[in-house]
Amino acid sequence: MSEQPLLRVEGLSKYYGNRLGCKDVSFELWPGEVLAIVGESGSGKTTLLNCLSTHLEPSAGRTEYRMRDEVWRNLYELSEAERRFLMRTDWGFVHQNPADGLRMTVSAGANVGERLMAVGDRHYGHIRETAIDWLGRVEIAADRIDDQPRSFSGGMRQRLQIARNLVTGPRLVFMDEPTGGLDVSVQARLLDLLRGLVGELGLAAIIVTHDLAVARLLSHRMMVMKDGRVIEAGLTDRVLDDPREPYTQLLVSSILQV
Amino acid sequence: MSLIPSYNFAYLDEQTKRMIRRSILKAIAIPGYQVPFASREMPMPYGWGTGGVQVTAAIIGPSDVLKVIDQGADDTTNAVSIRAFFAKVANVATTTHTADATIIQTRHRIPERPLQAGQVLVYQVPIPEPLRFLEPRETETRKMHALEEYGLMHVKLYEDIAKHGQIATTYAYPVKVEGRYVMDPSPTPKFDNPKMHMSPALQLFGAGREMRIYAVPPFTEVVSLDFEDHPFEIQHFTQPCALCAATGVYLDEVILDDHGGHMFVCSDTDNCEERRAQGHRGHLSGEELEAAE
Repeated sequence: MSEQPLLRVEGLSKYYGNRLGCKDVSFELWPGEVLAIVGESGSGKTTLLNCLSTHLEPSAGRTEYRMRDEVWRNLYELSEAERRFLMRTDWGFVHQNPADGLRMTVSAGANVGERLMAVGDRHYGHIRETAIDWLGRVEIAADRIDDQPRSFSGGMRQRLQIARNLVTGPRLVFMDEPTGGLDVSVQARLLDLLRGLVGELGLAAIIVTHDLAVARLLSHRMMVMKDGRVIEAGLTDRVLDDPREPYTQLLVSSILQV
Repeated sequence: MSLIPSYNFAYLDEQTKRMIRRSILKAIAIPGYQVPFASREMPMPYGWGTGGVQVTAAIIGPSDVLKVIDQGADDTTNAVSIRAFFAKVANVATTTHTADATIIQTRHRIPERPLQAGQVLVYQVPIPEPLRFLEPRETETRKMHALEEYGLMHVKLYEDIAKHGQIATTYAYPVKVEGRYVMDPSPTPKFDNPKMHMSPALQLFGAGREMRIYAVPPFTEVVSLDFEDHPFEIQHFTQPCALCAATGVYLDEVILDDHGGHMFVCSDTDNCEERRAQGHRGHLSGEELEAAE
């Protein structure tokens, strides 16, 4: 692991007019670390994620990112061109609904290849080879490469979206409820896959979820949010096995036991 | 030919022409960039060349000689009526000969005879945005042009190869102008793309419905997009023109009967006629029939 964190967040707040989105969030994310943000609906998880990924501009606070050239940059001071370049090279964003993150009308291969072409790869054979390789890594059969994602099942679409994001070797991936719309057995497979990829590639990831099982399986650390504030943060096992805040205790005890 | 007193020279009023000329100048200054302009209603339906007609009207002068082609032909409805229109409202000379024209308004072809310095080629453009069918949001495509994010254009070519084994786009083949803007060359066959590169003539593109003008100034680099292992290629024809025996020109297929009979003839009618006047004959030029009678 590197001596320096990858992402530094200080006092991040977002207001929608008078309404609070999230308030005074600070943390550091280290390379290869998976951070889960949990909490109930409306607790500000997605607002926080959108601020971090520069989809939203926060009302206050700063987020600094260590670029590949080791220079720290404030994300909200990057030019739009730099931000979009970062989004398609060094970052990934996995949406809850795969249709938001995929191009539904072009083939699976082109979906995976788009980022490569966006950074200047102009060799068809190489793009296709890489696409086949990545489809294999997310357990999609190579003969589906020319099919459009609309012919894919929900789980396959989500895996395709992950492949599309990881193909440029990003260092940081944002995930918004990656297992949201999937049934339990498919969720389990996807989590297994994600855990493998994150470990293998040394990715740092920020995962927003309301599913504590996802947090338990994937994340090293977690933050619990309520009403826009972080009320508890720590190692995942510590938070889940020994929750300190009453709300976290409620959350943990609300898991259904089958 | 009588002038109609109620019309200004070349139909449009002077202020409108001024506005269009300003857009044209800006378009020439930024090769390949789509400049918005306040497109006017023209006395013809959208899709018939309202953009091209406005560009022509803005640049034409009394001493100009106008040629209009539609799919390479001088004698189709669109070409004939636009030629007649300018003969009437601007009282200019018209021609069908590429060499004699100073302004050539075209729909979907570039003449076979190489254009000269001083000539202006005006294209009629239906959809100026090359990224339109890949990204429907205009706000997004403008941003992509501004930030030079053209990866998506290659996604389309990738899809072509994945589906057809080759780049199957045959017309409106995207080009990069002067190493910067990706441009739709209007629905000309890709056969004509190389003619745009370093052309001594000025090329202007008018899209009336979409209210955009763009331009390729003389001697500008125009490169067709491709992959390293699937380079850009123009169409090739296995036989010469059936009327004038020309090779290396763009041919139209003409159905002769309902038993599968067909012939390939020059799409550029002026070029074909000139060649026949010079004595070139194809195998269906009719000489043998006349001789048999």
